[in-house]
Amino acid sequence: MNKAIEVGKSEHREPFLRIARRDGTSHGRKIGVRAASIVIALILDALFIVVVTGLNPLAVYAEIFKATFGTSLRFMWMLRDMAALLCIGVALAPAFKMRFWNIGAEGQVLMGGFATAMCMMFLGQKLPTPVLFLVMVIASLAAGALWSFFPAFFKANWNTNETLFTLMMNYVAIQIVAYATNILRGQASSLGTINMGSKIGWFPKLLGYDFTLNILIVAVLTVAMYIYLKYTKHGYEISVVGESEKTAKYAGIDVKRVTIRTLLLSGAICGLCGFIIVAGNKHTISTNTAGGDGFTAIIVAWLAKFNTFYMALISFLLVFLEKGAGQIASTYGLNEYIADIISGIILFCILGSEFFLNYRMIFRHKEEKGGGVK
Amino acid sequence: MIPNLLAWLLRAIQFGTIIMFGSMGEILTEKSGNLNLGVPGIMYLGSFAGFASAYLYENHAENPVPFLCVVIALLCGFLASALGGLIYSFLTITLRANQNVTGLALTTFGMGVANFFGGYLLKGEVYTAAPVSNAAFSAKIPFLSDHLGLFGDAVFSYGFLAYTAILLAILLHVFLNKTRTGLNLRAVGENPATADAAGINVTKYKYLATVIGAGISGIGGLYYVLDYNNGIWATTGQVEALGWLAVALVIFTTWYPLNAIWGAYLFGMLYWLYNFLPKLIGITNIDRTSSLWQMIPYIVTILVLVGVSLRRKRESQPPASLGLAYFREER
Repeated sequence: MNKAIEVGKSEHREPFLRIARRDGTSHGRKIGVRAASIVIALILDALFIVVVTGLNPLAVYAEIFKATFGTSLRFMWMLRDMAALLCIGVALAPAFKMRFWNIGAEGQVLMGGFATAMCMMFLGQKLPTPVLFLVMVIASLAAGALWSFFPAFFKANWNTNETLFTLMMNYVAIQIVAYATNILRGQASSLGTINMGSKIGWFPKLLGYDFTLNILIVAVLTVAMYIYLKYTKHGYEISVVGESEKTAKYAGIDVKRVTIRTLLLSGAICGLCGFIIVAGNKHTISTNTAGGDGFTAIIVAWLAKFNTFYMALISFLLVFLEKGAGQIASTYGLNEYIADIISGIILFCILGSEFFLNYRMIFRHKEEKGGGVK
Repeated sequence: MIPNLLAWLLRAIQFGTIIMFGSMGEILTEKSGNLNLGVPGIMYLGSFAGFASAYLYENHAENPVPFLCVVIALLCGFLASALGGLIYSFLTITLRANQNVTGLALTTFGMGVANFFGGYLLKGEVYTAAPVSNAAFSAKIPFLSDHLGLFGDAVFSYGFLAYTAILLAILLHVFLNKTRTGLNLRAVGENPATADAAGINVTKYKYLATVIGAGISGIGGLYYVLDYNNGIWATTGQVEALGWLAVALVIFTTWYPLNAIWGAYLFGMLYWLYNFLPKLIGITNIDRTSSLWQMIPYIVTILVLVGVSLRRKRESQPPASLGLAYFREER
């Protein structure tokens, strides 16, 4: 009885805190919230550094800054690694925009890189260089696309959970590469650099760096993907399917076709990224070739809300931190896993900040005073 | 032949115990509708906190008591992993951040925390050990393991956590199917809006299931270091691979905790197949193909996932709202 009365009473009182969705967020607010989240993350990171290591956080941040901007070579290295991460993010953009959770980038990149490495090893001597590059590109695109085709096919036809499917495909890819490198390397502990002397299948030096081409290709891809998503019919179909599959069907869009087509594209670009990493940077293949970037790129693509230019910004931030953490690890004799902690904290803060972009909090009585909230 | 088979079984069951804990925690979490891809990170937190606390206790106490080693390690391992689950819960439930992305960030974070602080324990060495705790965690069941011949070896020669895992799977099964709280939890995972309308506190259920689930997953990481790996801590990526295998096992079980028991042991048999198959049937030079054998659990999981979606049997589907945030005002 008592309870019933209480419930009856509380009906007349507004809850202390209500949360409502924000309709559209101004640009200023977006920038403000994001900046605030990064500042809070940097403060948390600084606290962590002080408490754990006892170092002066400002000196540590100066070291982090130097890791990227200290010399022009370091800056180029940062660009090279940023290109790899960004490339995967760009590849994931269409899939995510369609609300297809492609968690399998790591495996798709690895298969692309694997195909490239195999071409370099076994076709390097037999084909003229332009043909070899063409074959490498096609092989890597096909390998990546193959790896995303299966999850897409089953999702499109039987609604198989794509998050879990693509996740499992990563490990199939990793084991295939582990197996192949085990066989190829024989007794050696690692496969070593492919075509070390002849440099067959390596990207040519451009503007003084081995990896200029990496950066250029990714820059072109970034712009192209932006245009593809924003201004083409395909891009429009992707966004409709992502918003609501039912609407898409009603509008006459062939959802199955769009799903499979988009995922083939996503996987193929991941494969191409494997090609860029192997031919333009590492010149070898191992289970570490993608190095976790396939997972990090998921975070990049999501935070950027499928806008490839924001992706560049977030990739920069993450690689900048990673480089910086490596630097402070060597300067102060810390272990390099500090990079994972620092970027983990930053990611948590940025993820949490989304809330303040999408929702607004309404405290009791606030609205009675005349709608202080816009 | 028999000793080889037995050795294989022993290894498989120990291996299975690690991922059984990991996947039971994740089943509990997923039943609330939260797809926590932070399992590897959480298992890292559990393994590190469990090992570090046991290690510090061992090295600072005059005469470390094995029983206290166990209690301290379990407590710290559980709490640290639960804390990981709390970060995830706060971000995804309260702040409604995307679950997949938050989980992956948690994996990075957990791995970083474990290996960064683990570096302090290593003091420049490649590995370090907690022998007293290891002995306590891996103690066989006395008498039964010695006096029953092969049967005793095969059934009673594991550390107590291996039996705890089985017990926990049964308890979890009863909880999810026979208790009101368990059924409420499943309602939350299937359709939070309906559960909410029925007066179930969705937020509370999601929080508790995720935090406790994370704690259980973390015990798997702890078991890995303090029993399976002979109480040795080293910086490796091994726990991460185990974490993903635990996520795979959740799918393999089709979200039934009882299936986790045999599923985990099957995964263990498959994982160690490459080591024992040659001894059993005389194939040599199989080491180089170990990766192919270790691929089998993932392939099997994919087949199960596809099979489940093809058959559309209602009982074996993932929780309907898995991966989606719940927002009352938007239902």
